[in-house]
Amino acid sequence: MDNIAGTKSSLTWAVHISVAVLVALWLFPTVGLLVSSFRTADQIATSGWWKSMFPSEQNLTLRTADPAIQVQTGGMFVIEGELFEEGSPAVISVWGTSSREIDAYTPGQTAELKEGTITVQADGAYRMESPTEMTGSRGQRVFVTAELPPEFTFENYSKVLFSGDNTDSLAKAFFNTLTVTIPATIIPIVIAAFAAYALAWMDFPGRALLVAFVVALLVVPLQLALIPLLKLHLGIGIGKGYLGVWLAHTGFGLPLAIYLLRNYMVGLPRDIIENARVDGATDFQIFVKIILPLSFPALASFAIFQFLWTWNDLLVALVFLIDSTGQTTVMTKQIVELLGTRGGNWEILATAAFVSISVPLVVFFAMQRYLVRGLLAGSVK
Amino acid sequence: MHPAIQGLLTIVIGVGACVGYFYLSNQFLDKVLFPAKGPHAGRNINRANIIRPWLFLFPALFALCLYLAYPVFETLRMSVTDRDQDGAFVGLANYSQMLSEPKFWEAMRNNMMWLVVVPAASTAFGLLAAQLTDRIRWGNIAKSLIFMPMAISFVGAAVIWKLVYDARPPGTEQIGILNAIYVGLTGNDPQQWLTLPIWNNFFLMAVLIWIQTGFAMVILSAALRGIPEETVEAAIVDGANPFQIFFKIKVPQIMGTIVVVWTTITIVVLKVFDIVFAMTNGQWETQVLANYMYDKLFRANDWGVGSAAAIVIMLLVTPILVWNVYNARKEMR
Repeated sequence: MDNIAGTKSSLTWAVHISVAVLVALWLFPTVGLLVSSFRTADQIATSGWWKSMFPSEQNLTLRTADPAIQVQTGGMFVIEGELFEEGSPAVISVWGTSSREIDAYTPGQTAELKEGTITVQADGAYRMESPTEMTGSRGQRVFVTAELPPEFTFENYSKVLFSGDNTDSLAKAFFNTLTVTIPATIIPIVIAAFAAYALAWMDFPGRALLVAFVVALLVVPLQLALIPLLKLHLGIGIGKGYLGVWLAHTGFGLPLAIYLLRNYMVGLPRDIIENARVDGATDFQIFVKIILPLSFPALASFAIFQFLWTWNDLLVALVFLIDSTGQTTVMTKQIVELLGTRGGNWEILATAAFVSISVPLVVFFAMQRYLVRGLLAGSVK
Repeated sequence: MHPAIQGLLTIVIGVGACVGYFYLSNQFLDKVLFPAKGPHAGRNINRANIIRPWLFLFPALFALCLYLAYPVFETLRMSVTDRDQDGAFVGLANYSQMLSEPKFWEAMRNNMMWLVVVPAASTAFGLLAAQLTDRIRWGNIAKSLIFMPMAISFVGAAVIWKLVYDARPPGTEQIGILNAIYVGLTGNDPQQWLTLPIWNNFFLMAVLIWIQTGFAMVILSAALRGIPEETVEAAIVDGANPFQIFFKIKVPQIMGTIVVVWTTITIVVLKVFDIVFAMTNGQWETQVLANYMYDKLFRANDWGVGSAAAIVIMLLVTPILVWNVYNARKEMR
């Protein structure tokens, strides 16, 4: 539309660059978390995650092999070996043998030791020589400054998911979250679909008033419901637990469900429904055989909303589900706890957070079409 | 019983009970109560059709009334009673106690800042992103990426942004990107961003803006595409430049949608809880109403004042509620 004849596209480059900047800005924080979750605690604490993509210069303290392996050749006692593990592409720039002078020598130079000498090459190969037998039980310390390639690890994930350690393990919270989410997504859909059909296609007095009632409830803050409903749940014996949280999510999700589904069902072609009526179908049959299959897109978009909302929820779970035993904790709650107790352990925190947001992200990218459709039906009016 | 099995059972029982209820109650209505045969067949069908909508509506209405409508009145009642005196009526005592607390006014002040900044910034960024991405080939990918934070929980977002705001002691390498940039550019000591009064509110708001911009963008982009092309073409023929087209032709035509987006985000802001709870928990003058209320209800166990705070949130939402209902009714006519 903006490219029709007569307009200049001189702004095109500016547009491309601005969008790129905007996307980078929006993506950057999440990428930071993702990258951090693959780094070790040391790496996270000593350098910014954005530096982890490139080779970095690090100061390392390494040790040569024990004197036990020394061999005697031509009157000299010799130890030869590699400071780095085999295959490491690290490159040493300077090195030293004392912690006070870690940059005393360049690769290829030879340093004097108490007994004998040591020569270190850029790739970490070293050769120690001594006219007398070398003593001691441990190898010589060597301080090197080396260029190290980026390094990533899956250790955090295995720790967070499979260690079985109570404070760090998310596996249980993951299943608890799933247990909360699935019934809390499916049940409101069933209830709302029937109500939406009645509000869309059945004639009865007070229909407009009921629609207005649903619209009003859409914006009622659920904070209001916490104490009265908790009292009610405790009063009728449900207490804190899964049943309570399922019911609460059902109640809180219904206004949006009814509103979305009604808006969609109203738009279905009148002919089909009237033909079915003329052919003698009852309302129940019309609903099950015609309306439900046709409303699939709307059902899907609400299902995504409700899934994201229940998966990401903290408040409802805190109030209605999690009791003092902590057996039913959900991931959001556990991450908040980690933030409190392990605010400095970024490797655990980042990994836990990423595990918890990965499921919604997968759902989001797989079902984005329905999500957008639902948003548009729900608010542009 | 394992919770997963319990969950599966609940799905089966819940869905089964719902479907069973609808099926059986309809059967009962048609076959037993008002059978569509016999001498009064016509009258019976009419009667059945009067009752049927309520069969369809009953479970939903019951849940709505119990879980949303009843709590509004119950909270109102609790806000004028005192739990310690066995629920005796105390009039406005809870409210006056709340109004005398500096923490409440701090929450009010912060909430007002949130109410101005977050919807404005999210809508502005959303509009910008919508307008720009509509014009380029890789716009859809860009949109998806800007939209992505919508799927991330507030708690997840809190962790993500805490890493951004992280501060290390001066002299050591900074691992939070904000401090790395700040120290790199100015050479000053790194800042504890979340503990700087007043400013820390804006750092918390950035998190919600980051989440809500995608929502604004998706809706505004659909509205922008719905603008009749003739209006834009006419403006181009008349020699308008791209900025004039955007601000004088396009924006006025989608004003209705902008208002909807603005109010929707306003409601989200009023309920904002998780971000503050997870990042600062209201310390360093970052308290907001929803977290203040949670503090009162579950930490101080003061249900009266907590309910009063909830009613304040409800009052702030009410204008939007009335406006939404008014629009919905207008549309149904």
